[in-house]
Amino acid sequence: MAILDYANPTRFLRLTQIVLPWLTAACLAAFAVGLYMTFFVSPEDYQQGQTVKIMYIHVPAAWLCMMTYSIMAISSLGTLVWKHPLADVSAKAAAPIGAAFTLIALITGSLWGRPMWGTYWEWDARMTSVLVLLIMYLGLIALWRTMEDPIRAGKAAAVLTLVGAINLPIIKFSVEWWNTLHQPASVMRMDGPTIDTSMLVPLFVMAGAATLLFFVLHLQAMRNEILRRRVRAMRLKAAAGSRAARMAPPSSPLSSPMSGTPGAAE
Amino acid sequence: MLKLLAENIAIDRGGRRVFSGLSFDLDAGHALIVTGQNGIGKSSLLRTLAGLVPPTEGTLRLQGGETERSPAEHAHYFGHQSAVKPALTALENLEFWRDFLQPARPQAFSGFPVATDAALEMLGIGHTARLPAAYLSAGQTRRLALARLFVCPRPIWLMDEPTSALDTASEALLLTLMQDHLTHGGMILTATHTPLALRPSRTLHLEAADPADMPSADGEPDSLEEIYG
Amino acid sequence: MSERPLPWAMTLLRRELRLSMRVGGGAQVGVLFFLAVVTVIPFGLGPDMNLLARIGPAILWIGALLATLLGLDRLFQADRDDGTLDLMLMAGRPLELVVLTKCLAHWLATGLPLVVAAPVLGIFLNLQPLAMGAVTLTLLVGTPALTLIGAIGAALTVSLRRGGLLLAVLVVPLAIPVLIFGVSAANAALVVGTPFRAPFAILCALSLLAAVIGPVASAMALRFSSD
Repeated sequence: MAILDYANPTRFLRLTQIVLPWLTAACLAAFAVGLYMTFFVSPEDYQQGQTVKIMYIHVPAAWLCMMTYSIMAISSLGTLVWKHPLADVSAKAAAPIGAAFTLIALITGSLWGRPMWGTYWEWDARMTSVLVLLIMYLGLIALWRTMEDPIRAGKAAAVLTLVGAINLPIIKFSVEWWNTLHQPASVMRMDGPTIDTSMLVPLFVMAGAATLLFFVLHLQAMRNEILRRRVRAMRLKAAAGSRAARMAPPSSPLSSPMSGTPGAAE
Repeated sequence: MLKLLAENIAIDRGGRRVFSGLSFDLDAGHALIVTGQNGIGKSSLLRTLAGLVPPTEGTLRLQGGETERSPAEHAHYFGHQSAVKPALTALENLEFWRDFLQPARPQAFSGFPVATDAALEMLGIGHTARLPAAYLSAGQTRRLALARLFVCPRPIWLMDEPTSALDTASEALLLTLMQDHLTHGGMILTATHTPLALRPSRTLHLEAADPADMPSADGEPDSLEEIYG
Repeated sequence: MSERPLPWAMTLLRRELRLSMRVGGGAQVGVLFFLAVVTVIPFGLGPDMNLLARIGPAILWIGALLATLLGLDRLFQADRDDGTLDLMLMAGRPLELVVLTKCLAHWLATGLPLVVAAPVLGIFLNLQPLAMGAVTLTLLVGTPALTLIGAIGAALTVSLRRGGLLLAVLVVPLAIPVLIFGVSAANAALVVGTPFRAPFAILCALSLLAAVIGPVASAMALRFSSD
């Protein structure tokens, strides 16, 4: 187990070094196509006009903020159950990206809502759920940042991520229940069937591009995190090394542990 | 026969390998005295045996123990912290641990539970039984913590610097009590700087590994240049 | 002694209660804080008795939520600081039940006083007897959930020196459903035609769910914190 697992980060670094340029290129290409379609191909909405084009950013961001949390939840299972050495690296790397997409979803949602609601913020069920999700992301990031030891922080964050994953559907349900209680009719409706194909295709392209962007950022952030941990490990080693040099004679390996007198005073 | 077996134990703390490849075994009625410099991993070893720090590699077994219970659940951990609540009286503190801790009395071990009053008396703090522990001196608190080991019999004693904060007389008393525990078929693993005349005992001397030999976690490169270069 | 179920849990419960009685701070300060929150709100809103009566249940619920969260940071930390937690981990008792017992003791010592204080504070908020009863009942059912969910935060931040604020940030999103259904059920006494049974039943369900998730997750976090 040990050898395979310990080899993993190195193999991961090598693999991602090959994959990342291609992935980045694919991401850029998808964005080029998607943005072109957004601005020049897709029609204006007969009610909302140009404003509808916010959708091509908002919907992918909203979709990704959920997907990122799912990836973090699976990674947390990897940390706690399968004890995979890359799992907590993946979860930690995903959190800020998820928070960023959540923030984008909130900002674009609020810009989109402005002409329709007349205010930048409405305690709409979806928007409220996304706001709660943002707080959860930021809490997780804060937890990671306050614990110095990455392994321990990873385990704590994994527990919280999983508790959050169990709670998210409950929160969503509660918020929707609360929302219908207070304002029966929701203003914004954009569920699947009402969208025309001419809008659906660019939306899918943009969603694909944003997903690719997520993976580019995630893999790169994981690489950074691995390297950051190696720097930390090396600094610890350097500190231990100088201490050992000061206090112990050199070349006294620990591999002969029973250097005492076994069964001496029987 | 009760026997503690540690095979090829490695421990990481905070991303640093403390030691690796550590194997030893300990029979009932024997003491193992762990020596070595500060920060060498004596406390980590005891905390691993107490089940508080999982070993990164290796196995830890107790032969002849009660089934379905880990070695840690056969052990008393007597560390630097006394686990004494100042708001409770000495007796209340002790009674809680007597009722809360699950005793472990495997075949080979003939230790018996001592009544709480008697345990306090034995350690010379019987007169403090009804006093809140807040009024106890450091040495008295230490002895109150020690009394826990007698009210709930468990065969393995893990003792981290057991003589700290004790005067010479208390130290002699502690040694007698530890010796008694061995005679009853218990075992003691203790990390110490001061030599303890326990018999039969063995010494496990931990030495600093050459930093170059330190096994690196996740196959990391050997220098910062390799990362940035 | 042996006829009673889980005698060790009773011992633990008795000790935790005794500790919270003797160590000043816990229960009394929690209720004082509750009082302070409720007192401060009319200064912000103005002494409009009709408005206060309308939002009274919400004020009491938010006050109880804050008072619960702020009282939780020492739940496990005190035991960690003096080495008790280490011994609990190797006591041979299921840690989930240890956590549940500690939560029960903590709720009896700090949550229950809030529930008892709620009707008194309701007078300041111009609550009618029916509304007062509804708020008290929902707090009685809902505050255990807050304690149990908060225990997760307390376990996660047990090794942090100043974990109190972080604890609150981590726990607040998880406590939102409890707040929503607690306030909704309490409001049923104020607004004619709003349902009481549905939100109240969901509130009970949330408390039961928290009694499972809270101890399991806290125990997991505590095990990781010991190394």
